[in-house]
Amino acid sequence: MSTKLLIGLDGHSSGERALAYGEEMACQVGGCELLVVYVIEWSPYSFQTAEENALRHKRREEEIATAMERIVTPAVTRLTEAGLSASGMVRHGNVADTLNAIAVEEGATQIVVARSTEGGFTKRIFGSATANLVMEASVPVTVVT
Amino acid sequence: MKTYQKLGLPLAALASTVTPAMAQEALSLDDRVNAAFATFTGPFVSLIFAPFPGTNFPWIVMWLVIAATIFTFYFAFVQLRFFSHAIALVKGDYSDPNDAGEVSHFQALATALSGTVGLGNIAGVAVAVGIGGPGATFWMILAGLLGMASKFTECTLGVKYRNEYEDGTVSGGPMYYMSKGFKELGLPGGKVLAVLFSIFCILGALGGGNMFQANQAHAQISGIVGDYPGWITGVIFAAVVFAVIVGGIKSIATVTEKVVPFMGILYVGAALVILAVNYNLIGWAFGQIFAGAFTGLGVAGGFVGALIQGFKRAAFSNEAGVGSAAIAHSAVRTNEPITEGFVSLLEPLIDTVVICTMTALVITISQQLIIDQETGNYVLNEAGTAIATIGDTSGVALTSAAFGSAISWFPYVLAIAVVLFAFSTMISWSYYGLKAWTYLFGEGQTSELVFKVIFCIFIVIGAAASLGPVIDFSDAAIFAMAVVNITALYFLMRLVRVELKSYSARLASGEIRKFVH
Repeated sequence: MSTKLLIGLDGHSSGERALAYGEEMACQVGGCELLVVYVIEWSPYSFQTAEENALRHKRREEEIATAMERIVTPAVTRLTEAGLSASGMVRHGNVADTLNAIAVEEGATQIVVARSTEGGFTKRIFGSATANLVMEASVPVTVVT
Repeated sequence: MKTYQKLGLPLAALASTVTPAMAQEALSLDDRVNAAFATFTGPFVSLIFAPFPGTNFPWIVMWLVIAATIFTFYFAFVQLRFFSHAIALVKGDYSDPNDAGEVSHFQALATALSGTVGLGNIAGVAVAVGIGGPGATFWMILAGLLGMASKFTECTLGVKYRNEYEDGTVSGGPMYYMSKGFKELGLPGGKVLAVLFSIFCILGALGGGNMFQANQAHAQISGIVGDYPGWITGVIFAAVVFAVIVGGIKSIATVTEKVVPFMGILYVGAALVILAVNYNLIGWAFGQIFAGAFTGLGVAGGFVGALIQGFKRAAFSNEAGVGSAAIAHSAVRTNEPITEGFVSLLEPLIDTVVICTMTALVITISQQLIIDQETGNYVLNEAGTAIATIGDTSGVALTSAAFGSAISWFPYVLAIAVVLFAFSTMISWSYYGLKAWTYLFGEGQTSELVFKVIFCIFIVIGAAASLGPVIDFSDAAIFAMAVVNITALYFLMRLVRVELKSYSARLASGEIRKFVH
């Protein structure tokens, strides 16, 4: 059974560091499968106008396509070009909950993420996505600085 | 307080720039708008509110209540049997995690509520209690509970027969289930009903969803900053709504959609505080509600007057059977249309049974309604049409006075809440009206722009006209929607029962089960 690593990207340069670390780990371990995930922050309890609701499905598809094209696909391409086995996915939801759920669902042995980029008020009130993931994760988490 | 000053000072400054001569002219402009409006809409209003021969009971009120009762029995008290399931659906227990990012049940419910919770709960209840006495509250609650079944029926059909376009957008509502549902059953007339509904929906959007909101927002603001011509409020509101629906400045609507729920919570919280402080009067207030419901306690029209007012304002507030919610709920992402029906039945409960009752209790407990101490009956005003109140207030001003008697600064919060509620309801109804408009005239930028401009013009008219004609027209237009919608629901309700039976069986067998989140 091969080792599966889940790399969580956030669309920032810090995500690049997580990707580089995951790539390095995979090379060292060998026979490693990499799963690159980008989570679009989304709450089913947010408030929207009727018009936004009517357009939501279309917007969701656009958001997934854009994230796939700009963030996930380039990362997967880079990994496969390095001779690694890699795939990618984009999901909506709470970043920490979703990364953990995917890790469990896909049987990942470890999650690699970068230190959070959030700051200020949001971080003080809700905590960072990375901190929440570390606290809630069902599998080991490596946080890249 | 500071927030209010930010809101109030520019308006006061604007009002102070109007010279006496201009004000005279402006007032007469309001009067002219009012007279022309009342004349133009009079026949329509008379037809909708025509009483049963030999009585003063409007047939339309009976129409709504009978429909809600029939749906309640036809679906075997679905509002009770599936209440806890509705809560589980809103919580997301049955939502597929792979659908994250789509419109959730909670969001569809919240959006529909932002169109219904608003002035109907604040001003409409005050109108009902002011005319029909506290007894109107009893009938309002009953209408709310029965209305849950109407909402369930129309919202299930709204999702089932919505249009899903290739680009992923959706359009739904009664006009779609009328045309598609009737066709499926091989019944004639679906298209005719759809066209009629769309016409009335446009009028409803311009009336209750627009003019009533602008009118009462102006009443609230002028009650605090002093009297000034209504058209000024109208122009300001119209400009902001125009910026959102035509200019595409979504940030205004987004901010409103986020602030409004908190204003709603604040409103209910304040009502609860007032009730808690006056806990010794709660029993008395419920006594007034029950006694008034069956005797009227001296209100105009006796207990029938209380009943009519209660039913009318409940229907106006929660819109059950009107069809508007079917438009709002149809955007939800689900493979089971009936799940949105279950969720939607929470709407009249929150809107009418909880929030409207809070308002009615606060008005009753604050004793703004004048009671003859000798008879225990309510004293009527000089015209004999409504209960005399301290300060001769009515509508939103009565609610404001009731809250203000317990929490002196609350009228300022209420003023902001009224403006925000009015605004969010306008945005919601501009969408409902637009969907009806595009159903009639087709999608397209020019067609949509025409409706949006008309919508903004009616905001100015609504703010300038006096409450009487505006409230009559608003009620008439919204109830006219219900005439057509409920007619269609009678023909289509068997389709909903098929869905209900199928879903119930699969739920019981465990085929439909909760997702582990």
